[in-house]
Amino acid sequence: MEKFTFKAGVHLPACKKLTIGEEIKETSIPQQVVIPLSQHIGCPAQSIVSKGEKVKVGQKIGEAQGNVSVPVHSSISGEVVDICPQLHPVSGKKALSVIIKSDGRDEWIEKGKRHEDYFRLSSKEICNIIKEAGIAGLGGAAFPTHIKLSPPKEVDTVILNGVECEPYLSGDEQLMIKHPLEIIEGLKIIMQTVKASWGIVGIEDNKPRAIDLMKKEIAKQPNISLKILKEKYPQGGEKQLIKALLNREVPSGGLPMDVGVLVDNVGTSFAIREAVIRGFPLVSRVVTVTGWGVFSPKNLRVRIGSSISFLIEECGGFSFVPGKVIMGGPMMGITQYNLEVPVVKGTSGILVFGQQEAEKENIRDCIRCSKCIDACPMGLLPCMIALYAQNQDWEKAKEYNLLDCMECGACTYVCPAKRPIVQYVKWAKDKLKC
Amino acid sequence: MKDRLVVSVSPHIKGKESIFSIMLDVIIALFPALIVSIYLFGWYALMLVLISVVFCVGTEFFSQKLFKKEITINDLSAVVTGILLAFVLPPNAPLWMIAIGAVVSILLGKQVFGGLGHNLFNPALVGRAVLLVSWPIQMTTWVTPFDGVTSASPLNIIKMGLNEPLPSYLNLFLGNRVGCLGETSVLALLIGAGYLLYKKHIKLYTPLSFIGTVAVLSAVLGGNVLFNIMSGGIILGAFFMATDMVTSPLTKKGKVVFGLGCGLLTVLIRFKGGTPEGVCYAILIMNMFVPLIDRYTKPKKFGLISVKER
Repeated sequence: MEKFTFKAGVHLPACKKLTIGEEIKETSIPQQVVIPLSQHIGCPAQSIVSKGEKVKVGQKIGEAQGNVSVPVHSSISGEVVDICPQLHPVSGKKALSVIIKSDGRDEWIEKGKRHEDYFRLSSKEICNIIKEAGIAGLGGAAFPTHIKLSPPKEVDTVILNGVECEPYLSGDEQLMIKHPLEIIEGLKIIMQTVKASWGIVGIEDNKPRAIDLMKKEIAKQPNISLKILKEKYPQGGEKQLIKALLNREVPSGGLPMDVGVLVDNVGTSFAIREAVIRGFPLVSRVVTVTGWGVFSPKNLRVRIGSSISFLIEECGGFSFVPGKVIMGGPMMGITQYNLEVPVVKGTSGILVFGQQEAEKENIRDCIRCSKCIDACPMGLLPCMIALYAQNQDWEKAKEYNLLDCMECGACTYVCPAKRPIVQYVKWAKDKLKC
Repeated sequence: MKDRLVVSVSPHIKGKESIFSIMLDVIIALFPALIVSIYLFGWYALMLVLISVVFCVGTEFFSQKLFKKEITINDLSAVVTGILLAFVLPPNAPLWMIAIGAVVSILLGKQVFGGLGHNLFNPALVGRAVLLVSWPIQMTTWVTPFDGVTSASPLNIIKMGLNEPLPSYLNLFLGNRVGCLGETSVLALLIGAGYLLYKKHIKLYTPLSFIGTVAVLSAVLGGNVLFNIMSGGIILGAFFMATDMVTSPLTKKGKVVFGLGCGLLTVLIRFKGGTPEGVCYAILIMNMFVPLIDRYTKPKKFGLISVKER
């Protein structure tokens, strides 16, 4: 079978063996969850519960504000103990959150309507179900899915992203192994909603079992195909994925719909299926808890709002004194300094490094080796952008296409001078914003 | 424990390659040529290389002390400069001369610009150029391999129209000819270059366009193509000097342009200029154009297409 890939990029040590074959397991019910009202791009939801109120699993606790927003739901049953600002794992700042104490009963609220006959529903009805279920992209960016599924432009192809190119993470792989049928149903719902005639599932060649199982399901569908990609980072970047699979280049500053494509993560597809066919809101997601610093790394189905420390306890605790705790993958994840922060809808993994792995390397001046240029999937000159940012010449950095950078970190990974290029990029972007 | 967690910007994993590992690979790549030079010109060749390296590293150390900068002699970049400087000097050069060349290379070629990464010119070639204008006699007196008899270099024979036999192609290829310490053996240099290519530290753009330009222009100007490529310092220059990361362009296009310029200038100096060899000056002159080349050879970024295409 032909294998696809994109230009540039880097080969990373996959490090997935820690959790390879670790089937998705449900966690126990956490004592307490902290559910931020903003877990997506757009306006935060507004709390519709009050302190002391009893809530059940799946009960809506935050209402969407405006169109680019999604509601949030309680992930456990219990009592609202407080609604106050809590540390948010993505922004690193305090954000209004609902704190719920479990009653240990795990009682569900009456579920939404089941729609096994989803093909009778209109696009608008499906988008509405998806919005009410609180679904935001589970790949990491957490963009409200109902907005993505109502594109103003015509979309002919839907790509399901099963690439999972970040090292260490294997949650998407396990989801594809456990729920191939459900994921494909989700894809069919997406295709119907955006009226796309083709569906493609893209999986990297390092997931043979997921490929096998998905292949069997896809074989039953006439207009869905499976495409295998060569292992390379950042293949899961949607622009790179579209280029690799369809040879279409999303214009600079544009979106996939500009080339008639919609890309969704397999996890999102699964959540859409659960919402539409079974009437479940998004109250849990798969999280890979891994790294040498975790005693027994696992893939867990986690209630949204569970704290990092709870997940680490579920995995047998730390195996040694941790040096760095990362939410997400090692290439684009965000380091955490407080382990009480909650898992949110965009959390794909918790990665724990030892102190040795967390040590800072000596930063040298750029030696112009041009390895970052070879690695950059966006065709930029990362070394020059970093140089101008270092000199605080923000406009010049912008001239070198700073804003096209997606911060994948490939340049920084290969840099022999150990320059923190992504840090410079983020700094420059931040400075240009204000 | 909790307050001891490191917070940093992604990515959280880094490749194993470092400046040290790259420089070590360059040294490894220069070893075949070094061994051949010792075989051809005796232990004095090794002596020259060692003196050059010691003075390069020493100069780097003291200048960094003087400028109150971080001492970075353990990144091996000064060692590479030292070996390369020795490689482009005559195998019978006096030891004091190479010591001066080493000091000049590091101090004027590198540290005054701000150290590794900031130098505009190839440090080793700066050293050679200064020595060449300061002691022209010693810098152009050559000896034959093995017996050490004073002799003219192949390029000199052509330039001056001397009535002396030229080395055969095989001897040019293996290195049994008059020339600079490390430039004579095409075979040894290509083995080293192959290693650097395998390690992806250099790319073929510059060497190919450099050598290709020399070949084409030599043919146009009526010279012997193979002889012109294999004599003098083209192979050493094209694979080890013109590919120097710091002093060559960043992009593929830029590297090709750089090679073209080096080739053009080399041939012009050789055929029309006053000296028999032109690789050193050609690369130094092209070094000056690197910022300009970089400016006009930016790569095409991803997604630079009009939205209307569809």
